[in-house]
Amino acid sequence: MTPSINATLDARGLSCPLPILKTKKALAQLNKGEMLEPITSAPGSVKDLSSFCEQTGHELISSEVNKDEFIFIVKKYS
Amino acid sequence: MMTTTTENRNKNSVDRLNEFDQATFDRYFDDRFNKKMAEKEAAHIPSMTIIVTKGTMDMAYPPFILASTAAALGWKVSIFFTFYGLSLLKKELDLSISPLGNPAMPMKMPVGPEWLRHSEMNIPNVLMAGMPGFEKMATGMMKKTLTNKGVASIDELREICVETDVKMIACQMTVDLFDWSKDDFIPEISEWVGATSFLPIAQKADVNLFI
Repeated sequence: MTPSINATLDARGLSCPLPILKTKKALAQLNKGEMLEPITSAPGSVKDLSSFCEQTGHELISSEVNKDEFIFIVKKYS
Repeated sequence: MMTTTTENRNKNSVDRLNEFDQATFDRYFDDRFNKKMAEKEAAHIPSMTIIVTKGTMDMAYPPFILASTAAALGWKVSIFFTFYGLSLLKKELDLSISPLGNPAMPMKMPVGPEWLRHSEMNIPNVLMAGMPGFEKMATGMMKKTLTNKGVASIDELREICVETDVKMIACQMTVDLFDWSKDDFIPEISEWVGATSFLPIAQKADVNLFI
């Protein structure tokens, strides 16, 4: 079952650390438990986003590769 | 005779009692200590201090990237800008890079055909550094490369740092030393101080960096 997405963040074409900084900013706009879908193209963002979630308590629901894009679903900590 | 036996018996039971208490107490203390330590660790907000001493574009990236990222992770960050690093707090940033003293700097064309972009220009450092106008060209090339690759500008990263409450601390001695005017610097500077005021913050930080 695909979780319903509350917001999408297009961070394609941006390099470290912008995808993380923009994810943080976008999550701040959401309510607890809501889902954010960041889309990035920087290869480093895969590990960085997972580490970011681990450190901040947000839940990384999924992390997918689609050609040159990385699509994540992050659930804001509740 | 009788008395001695009773005394012995009493002494033994007191010992046993003490032993028992000690073991129970140790267990209680260890549990409680571990629990309290875990609580303390969970409540601990990591902190980082950075001392920035360089004012070129290449040396401006690490502090602002690390500071903004740490702030995104919820850390408390303070940066102390001193010597040439203080120029990174000027309202108008006019940063450049120099090949001089940076022999490992890759020299690649940010424009032109693919084969040219991927090949390194093999120019001896002493020539690059000594050639008039080369710094300006290298700076232009670097800026173009950074934009091409989607790397944030220093202005942008600095703004994010300010927005995320990274504390910008400016060195009072430096501004006096170089006869700069405080009006030329961004108003978000939290304080103008010296090492004496910065070191106590660094002393309590989990991570200290000198850049």
